[in-house]
Amino acid sequence: MGQSSSTVGAAAGYRPSATLPFAAEFRRQASRRRTQLALGFMVLLPLIILIAFQFDAGDDDRDGGGGEFSSLADLATSGGLNFTLFSLLVSASFLLVVVVALFCGDTVASEASWGSLRYLLAIPVPRARLLAVKLLVALAYSALALLLLAGTALLAGTLRYGWEPLRSQVSAQLDPGEGLLRLLAVLGYLAVVLLAVAGLAFLLSVVTDAALGAVGGAVLLWILSSILDQIEALGAVRSFLPTHYANAWLGLLSTPVQTDDLVRGCISAIAYATLFWSVAFWRFTRKDVTS
Amino acid sequence: MRSPSSAAPVRRALGTRRRRIVAGSVAVVLLAAAALWAARPGEAGFRTESARITVRSGPAGDEPVDLDATFYLPDDASAGRKVPAVLLAHGFGGTKESVRADAEDLAAQGYAVLAWTARGFGRSGGQIHLDSPDHEVRDAERLLDWLAARPEVRTDAPGDPRVGVVGGSYGGGLALLLAAQDRRVDAIVPMITWNDLSRAFLPESTGGPATSGVFKKGWAGIFFGGGGNAGSGPAGLSGGSAAEPEGNPASAGPPSPTPGTGPGTGSGRAPAGAADPACGRFAADVCAAYLRIATTGRAEPADVELLRRSSPAGVLDRIKAPTLLVQGTADSLFPLAEADANARGIAANGTPVRVAWYTGGHDGGAGPTSDSDRVKYLTLQWLDHYVTGDGPAPGDDFTYSRVAGFNALERGLVATGYRTADYPGLAGDDRREVAVTGPAQPVANPPNGNPAAISSVPFAGALGSLLDGVAGDVPGQHARFESAPLTEAVDVTGAPTFSIRAASPTGEAVLFVKLYDVDPGGAATLPNGLVAPVRLTGLPAEIGAAKPVTVTLPGIVRRVEAGHRLRITVASTDQAYTTPAQPTVYTVAAGDAPLVLPTVTGEPIPTAATVWRWVLAGLLAAVVVGLVVVVLLARRRHRRQDSSVHPEYAGVPLAVRQLRKEYADGFVAVSNVDFEVHPGQVVGLLGPNGAGKTTTLRVLMGLTQPTAGEIYVFGRRLVPGSPVLSRIGALVEGPGFLPHLSGLDNLKAYWRATGRPWADAHFDEALEIAGLGESVHRKTRKYSHGMRQRLAIAQAMLGLPELLVLDEPTDGLDPPQIAEMRRVLQRYATDGRAVLVSSHLLAEVEQTCTHAVVVNKGRIVASGPVAEIVGESPSVLFDVTDPAAARDVLGRLDGVTVLPDPEGNLVVDTNGTARSEVVAELVRAGIGVDRVVPRRRLEDAFLALVGENSRGSGDR
Repeated sequence: MGQSSSTVGAAAGYRPSATLPFAAEFRRQASRRRTQLALGFMVLLPLIILIAFQFDAGDDDRDGGGGEFSSLADLATSGGLNFTLFSLLVSASFLLVVVVALFCGDTVASEASWGSLRYLLAIPVPRARLLAVKLLVALAYSALALLLLAGTALLAGTLRYGWEPLRSQVSAQLDPGEGLLRLLAVLGYLAVVLLAVAGLAFLLSVVTDAALGAVGGAVLLWILSSILDQIEALGAVRSFLPTHYANAWLGLLSTPVQTDDLVRGCISAIAYATLFWSVAFWRFTRKDVTS
Repeated sequence: MRSPSSAAPVRRALGTRRRRIVAGSVAVVLLAAAALWAARPGEAGFRTESARITVRSGPAGDEPVDLDATFYLPDDASAGRKVPAVLLAHGFGGTKESVRADAEDLAAQGYAVLAWTARGFGRSGGQIHLDSPDHEVRDAERLLDWLAARPEVRTDAPGDPRVGVVGGSYGGGLALLLAAQDRRVDAIVPMITWNDLSRAFLPESTGGPATSGVFKKGWAGIFFGGGGNAGSGPAGLSGGSAAEPEGNPASAGPPSPTPGTGPGTGSGRAPAGAADPACGRFAADVCAAYLRIATTGRAEPADVELLRRSSPAGVLDRIKAPTLLVQGTADSLFPLAEADANARGIAANGTPVRVAWYTGGHDGGAGPTSDSDRVKYLTLQWLDHYVTGDGPAPGDDFTYSRVAGFNALERGLVATGYRTADYPGLAGDDRREVAVTGPAQPVANPPNGNPAAISSVPFAGALGSLLDGVAGDVPGQHARFESAPLTEAVDVTGAPTFSIRAASPTGEAVLFVKLYDVDPGGAATLPNGLVAPVRLTGLPAEIGAAKPVTVTLPGIVRRVEAGHRLRITVASTDQAYTTPAQPTVYTVAAGDAPLVLPTVTGEPIPTAATVWRWVLAGLLAAVVVGLVVVVLLARRRHRRQDSSVHPEYAGVPLAVRQLRKEYADGFVAVSNVDFEVHPGQVVGLLGPNGAGKTTTLRVLMGLTQPTAGEIYVFGRRLVPGSPVLSRIGALVEGPGFLPHLSGLDNLKAYWRATGRPWADAHFDEALEIAGLGESVHRKTRKYSHGMRQRLAIAQAMLGLPELLVLDEPTDGLDPPQIAEMRRVLQRYATDGRAVLVSSHLLAEVEQTCTHAVVVNKGRIVASGPVAEIVGESPSVLFDVTDPAAARDVLGRLDGVTVLPDPEGNLVVDTNGTARSEVVAELVRAGIGVDRVVPRRRLEDAFLALVGENSRGSGDR
């Protein structure tokens, strides 16, 4: 019946490593309305921003704000690259966090709440494989969301504002080619930082059966970390907060590129993600599935 | 069993909640502990005592002055364990409190630190003599006496303490002058200080004397601003504003180069009655010199002489104490040239000298963290070796740093440190020549120097260099000479030189020469806002007759990128300097020499950033290795897994052996369940709600780990995830579907997840069993309970598994569907297949199953073929007119026993006696028999259970 030693005694055609293929899980998630909405919004957001900029009445109200936000906002209409950068800036701190938490926090918890998780385990899909495939698919969708956002913004911004050099307040302007490279690096760093959110949401997804709890919990903890990061009295403790280096990608805009905080940010994010995922796997491969 | 059966779910819920609370609390406590640890007050590794030390100084050493001091003593210092000392001097306008953070850091490193407020400042008495050898320096000598008298301080000889002198700016000048005047000093670390005070305030960049220098009125005014107002004014003017950009001595760590905070703070409390409104706490001679210079913008030889007296320049040959010179590149008050002169002068005697540049200074403050850390490290290393006698000789290599960019997180600058073996001086160890050209241009000198170009704003240099637009030249008042774009980047390290020619109708010209870095976009940056003022005399009226003069520009450390241009601007005014009041028009032309840029070949100092890069690489490697190890371990465990076939159960679809499941809170859901399912059988698992049926099935599906016992499927041991599970189709605890997919898509998605061949699924049979018709294309979210149930059964049958496990399959079905389901299940259990059905309905099991297993409270109560269980039992229920009489009659019959019945019915074990005979006996006795109901075993078993406890025992 079985073909190899590992499938001895199994039904014909069953191989543990062939269960729940990546494509199957990808389709399972693709058919969900929340996936379609989240990805759709990633496409829509840059267009909304673009339209909003059209309403610029021209009265320069530049007294308020300050910091890198206003400078990037002022420069947002100077070219497609700057427009993309602005779109990333406005979505990095919250929207992308929510989207990543949605993809990673919802994936296991929703199956548990539908009751379909136990049928997957009874196929049987090995638990570690189930988690691994679910995690990879969730990460793939998160990356897709990031790329859709950046891609749409770049396309729409370039069509509207042209293929101009990347400008910022902290460095001289960069040639479009160099600017594109920087933009890709910014995307890469954002993706790495969001791994910590992905880890947290995924862990909560495994721990709880309520999808909302996993997604909301991850976002709440992320916000809590951001708030704590604002409290300077905490001193060195802040370096251990997962959000501490979330804005270090601004260093990629300066010339020469400031990588020190990026490196620390990567260490922080990867360490957190590894920790959260390890706990998630450890927990899920041992727990009694009662939902 | 009773109490757990009802309270268990509650307790279980409590248990999990408690565990979560515990976990949450632990996390909160850890977080709080970490926060406390980080925010803890500095550890009390030392104690402090305040003292008012009266010293006798002055030219004759007989003028008493009270000095306000604080002595920091490490906790472990005592007369038996003497420690080396550090004399810590503050900057101009500061007090002993300005160096508190540095003092505490040094004390924590094991030094006894004496910080005092210099005379003329704060609560100390006396007047400001600008580090005069007879006053401030002599005060410090008396402080050395005081240190030597302390029993805790190590001494080299009686009255000679083991001591280093550390200070920045005004304090740095004192360190140099004290070391020159008193041999007892063992090492000094003067930071951002001067070599020649007259040259610092009256610079002349073609090498002219201070008497022809251009007065640096901006800085001089800030330092002297307090002179006129001994009361309160200056405190607001410079004390407050200066403290802001100046710096963060607290965060910079020990001996951060801390310039003064302006005179305001110091002159707040003038000695009663001594306040001269023009001079405040300044000594009369210093005050008079300032007033003279500031009035004319020129220094008389006497004034220069006074400033020279307060300068290390003339006494460098007497300094024998090893000297670490720290100078800032962002310093328009005491530029790099001051430290360079000190270094050369001291090294000429053979005294060990080490030079370090950092990117702060009087304009730039403590600089980036990497810089203040380096300065801190170098200082401690210097003191440890030359004062304490610990550690290897620090060597004399030269370290410097260059601003490398802007830190987005800290909103500050980032600097890269470099090291080179020998101190190259300001001329560098190599040079690049760049042709900078332009025509002769007229340059107007406006009356009274107004409007003036802005190059630097004292105390705001770092800020100014960041903000484009602050610095600017006035049109018509400057000449520009530019280079072609550089073909390759050049790292300027040192003082560039350039030659100019100038003509002036008055024969004299005051000019400011600046080197701009111009990017391809045209934005010009003046490094650190530094300018080279020159006063040229004896000039011709026509430019053609002008002779070239070489101007030494201020020392800088800067990388000029390829493609950038270099621009020399020669301006007639600068806000920070006094310029001639007469309006004139000069003519300025480039000289005969190119712009010479000194360079230094330095290797980058590895910083923590490099370490972090390795940490990142290590982390990634660890993750990869960890992943590989985990996968390998899992494979190995998998291989070791028992894949043998239990010979006894090889052909048995399901054998459950002494199964026990105990939850973490101690609740026993299944205590001992033991049954088998053979091919061709439809086995009913019968029991009331909460009997343990579902728990048994959960274990069977690999969802839950059993506490004890085994399950064999076709002789193979079943554990969670066993491949043999693929031969079982299941419906456990209700259907579970993706609500957004149609019924058919759900089945397809499920089968896709199995990874098995499409043809093996037998969708048609399954769909036929589901009997959903066209509804199979609707989303399952819209299904009724029964439809979902049928779809779930169809899903369980996908692939026609050899063992079908159905938990309450008829739940939600209507009677015709139930009847149909019965037929389906009976038909299914052919061809060697078997079905296990759980139910709490007796009738269902009776009608559907071939065999039954009755469980209650986690135990098997009865099991066997349904025919056998349901078959007639020897007990009979009689419904009679007179039960009491009937009992008597029956009691007399041989072998017939009346069984106890909880409901008071008359139940009789006929024990072989024919029922007709028993009825005849009763009738014969005149008792009317209404009904005779034969009892069945299954019902017996069931009634027995229900009799014991009619309540269910909760969800198991």
